[in-house]
Order: sequence, then C-alpha cells, then structure tokens
Amino acid sequence: MFRRVDETSVDTLKLRIEDREYAVPVGISVAAAVLLCGFNKVRNTPVTDSPRLPYCMMGICFDCLMTIDGIPNQQACQLEVRENMKIEVQQGAAELLQQR
Amino acid sequence: MKDNYQLLVIGAGPAGLAAAADAARLGLDVALVDEQMAPGGQIYRNVGSPREPVRPYLGKDYLWGKPLVAEFLQSGAAYINNASVWYLDERLETGMLIDGASHFITAERLLLATGAQERPMPLPGWQLPGVMTAGAGQILLKSAAMIPSGRVVLAGSGPLLLLIAWQYLQVGVKIGAIIDTTPRSGFSEVLPCLPRALAAFDYLLKGLSFILAIKKAGIPVYRAVADLRAEGHEALESVSFTTGQGDGNKRTEINIEAETLLLHQGVIPNLRLPLAAGCELEWDALQQSWKTVKDIWGQSSVDQVLVAGDCASIVGARAGELQGRLCALQAAHQLNRIDLQQRDRAATRIKRSLQRHLSIRPFLDTLYPPAKAYQVPDDETLVCRCEEVNAGQIREAARMGCVGPNQVKAFTRCGMGPCQGYLCGSTVSALIADETGASMEQVGYFRVRPPFKPITLGELANT
Repeated sequence: MFRRVDETSVDTLKLRIEDREYAVPVGISVAAAVLLCGFNKVRNTPVTDSPRLPYCMMGICFDCLMTIDGIPNQQACQLEVRENMKIEVQQGAAELLQQR
Repeated sequence: MKDNYQLLVIGAGPAGLAAAADAARLGLDVALVDEQMAPGGQIYRNVGSPREPVRPYLGKDYLWGKPLVAEFLQSGAAYINNASVWYLDERLETGMLIDGASHFITAERLLLATGAQERPMPLPGWQLPGVMTAGAGQILLKSAAMIPSGRVVLAGSGPLLLLIAWQYLQVGVKIGAIIDTTPRSGFSEVLPCLPRALAAFDYLLKGLSFILAIKKAGIPVYRAVADLRAEGHEALESVSFTTGQGDGNKRTEINIEAETLLLHQGVIPNLRLPLAAGCELEWDALQQSWKTVKDIWGQSSVDQVLVAGDCASIVGARAGELQGRLCALQAAHQLNRIDLQQRDRAATRIKRSLQRHLSIRPFLDTLYPPAKAYQVPDDETLVCRCEEVNAGQIREAARMGCVGPNQVKAFTRCGMGPCQGYLCGSTVSALIADETGASMEQVGYFRVRPPFKPITLGELANT
C-alpha cells in the first residue's frame, strides 16, 4: 500500500501488530506504521463488520480506531509509535475493560 | 501548566502560532493548546524537523512555517501539546485530555484557531480500504516520508489536489490518472475575479506551474466526469466513471485499476469549537460552507472569543497567520497591554499584507466550486461513515418531516458515531435543503455538545 521514499538510514523501533513483530521508523504515527507494514484493515465496523483503513490521518474521521496496548478505541493517527507497542485490529465495538 | 491564563489559543497552525507568539511578546500570559505532537498544524506539519528524504520536494511554501514555529517556541508562550480539547462551554472553560488525564483551563480571552478540514466527498465506495483524502496522502508524505507503493489515482478538485500531484511527481510517484470533478460553471464565471487575483500573482504562477508539470509528466487527466465510484470487494480495486458531454450512452465509461484513491474537493472551516463557544455563524454561498461571524480583528459575536484563520472562513495559511497577528493585537488591547493607537499603528502593515493574500480567494472559490454530485450524493452512497447511514435514509427522514440535522440524527443515528458529524455534517445539511427546498440557513447544522472527542469515564475522573 505505502512505502518509504528512502528506505536507508532511518532509526527504527520494534513493535507488534497482530502478534507479529515489525521494525518501523521512529517518530511516525501508529496509523502510518500499520499502512507501512501492509495491513489491509485497522478495524471492522460495528454496524456491518466492514474493513476500514485510515481515511483522514488528521484525527477527525475516527476510521483508524485500534486496540493499542490493550486499550480499545485509540485513534491510531494521533499516537506516535513506541518501542514494544502492542497494536491490534479492533473488531466492531469495544468491550468494556475489565477492572485492572 | 497552570489552570488560568490571560489568553488561551487553541490550534498550533499558522494562525495560532503567530497569535501566541505575538501575544507573548506583547506581555500577555498566554498558552497554546494543540492536539499534535509538534507545532505546525496540518499545513506545516512536522516542519520543525522535516523528513530528510522528502524535504527538497515539499516546496518553499511549506518551509515558510519553519521560522514561524521557531518564533513561537522562543516567544515565552506556554505550549501544551498532545492535548485533545473535548470540552468547551459558553462560560469558556476548556477541558482537554492529555495522556489519559483531564485538565481544565480558564482564560480571560479565548482565541480559536482550529483550522480547516477537507470537505467530505461522499461517493459510492469511499469507505473502502485504499480510499483516503488527498490531505491524508500529504500527511503521510510530510510526517513519515511515505508514498503509495501501488497505482494511485487522484480525484476531485482544487489547489490541494494539484499540489499533491506536483509533490508526488517530484518524489517519483507514478500517478495513474487525475480525475477532475471541477464543474464547468467556474470557468465562465472566473474572469471577473482575475483583476483582483493579479495582486496575488505568485499564487497564480504557482498553480500554473503545477498544471504545467502535470501536463509535462503525461498523466492522463479526465474532465467533465460523472458517476464516479470506488469499486472493490474488501478493498479498493478500481475507480470507474463516465466522461464526455451530454447524457446516457453518449458518455464514455472508463475503469482504472487502482490500489490507492485520494479524494479532495476543497476545505471547509473546522466549526466545532466556534459552535461550542456559542459564536454566531453565517452561510457563505461562494465558499459553500458556514463561516464564523467576526470583524477584521477576529472578534466573534461572543465577547471573550476571538477567531483566526481557516476556522473562521477559508483564507489560506499566510492570511491565517496575519489574522492571528491582528488577534494578538486585539487581545493585548482588550487586556490593557496596549492602547488603541498602538494597536492601530502595529496593524497597518499586517492589514495591507492580509489584503494581498486575501485577493486570490474569490478567484479560487469561483474556479473550484464543489460539484453537486458529492454534496448531495445518490441514495446508495454512505454519508455517515461511523454509523453507516446512506443518503437515501437521510432523504427519507427529511421527507418524513425531520426539519433539521438534529432531528435526522435522532431518527437515523447519522452523526452519532465517534466522529460526531465531522465527516457527514455538511452533507446532511445539504441533503435536507435539497430534499425539502429549504435554504441552508433554514436547515442549519448539527448542534455541538461535549465531549467533542470520545473520552472514557476513567479519563474523565482522572484529573
């Protein structure tokens, strides 16, 4: 889907998307990372279970909602990638979190 | 971070950055709140540390933002980043979410500089993975040096579409096609706007250079387009449309394989916070959008609220910056830091420059009106991407007697999802007006209520 303009000499960090490990450039958003790693969806919609990818990348469309480090409904385009982040495709509406 | 400032500026684009920097220099106790990680807004996104591989291709208009960001960071204004404003009431208490915790700030003056959003362009299949806005493509380029790896098609109208085409050409992206949806009406009406636009000759030259570069690169450009749709099963596979004059079988059907489709049909003000603060709006028939009523100093209809830049009405980055500077002078005058003469003296040059940058607007607004097909789409087209409500359901609600967007929302759930109407608001109002024959002023817009952003009870309690 998307690739880097220049694939050499960029600092990377490691994170997990859907239980697979990836190295992605430091400083990009989670939504950019998911697109870079070639995923074909970030979530399935609650109403018709349709797949979606990020649409606006600027925080207004909420199509990039994902489960990040166990917390659902996170706007992937507004969050910067972190080392060891655990990113999951969100299926439909979020479940209420168990008390931690 | 304190809980009270003399001036609170919301939005770190050109208008907010210039306003906060000038206000701090004039001696005001000022804070700037912004949702992003770094200052710059959408237009100067990441300009403080541009991605090296794409830096040469982003153009000098982009790099104009670099000294502006530096000016702000050195001004002494407090900078509150990664902060989502989710609450604002008519008493002007502002609630924001920062790293999972709620904070409330009050201020003597509030300056709204929340910029623009792309005008929604609903068409069949626009919800498919692989379809994005042109702005999203540009954000990926600026902030992550990322470009489409498969075949990309651009569709829509307006300067930003030309700009991203030019930027992609510079970086070496092969553009499959440009599908120009600009209605013909603009071409005949634009001539009277040309003399005034000549005062902003640099804008005209820039646009012309984009058009020539696209022509030289040999990218297929389709005009007089109708029946545009994105097609595919689980993701975008192709873009189809008809082209040519006339109706029915005189038109040529075209289908282009594509992995990425970038849509754009101009920008409209981001009205959420002006609405929440109780500012009066008016319908702008030329820009086909609502705008916040204000005077030259940015004073809105609410005493303590100033507005600057695209969130009031679309003026562009440079004019927005200058409006921000006028707002800073006005706030400093209102809060007794400078007298009327000092304000007016300091404003003379800013106003002259502002007039020049504004002189291109009627030309652009007339040349690139949004096409009707994507303001009032066919029944099958999804309008509300969150709750998956289509245009037919909204028309039906209007026929049943729903008098405005708020009633349509209650009947259909349209606008009730997480985006709270950002991606459907303008379409819903246009559909109701079209179906009932009412004017946009009569139809109005979605009421805005906090929380503007989804917030959990835990985050709300965590202050």
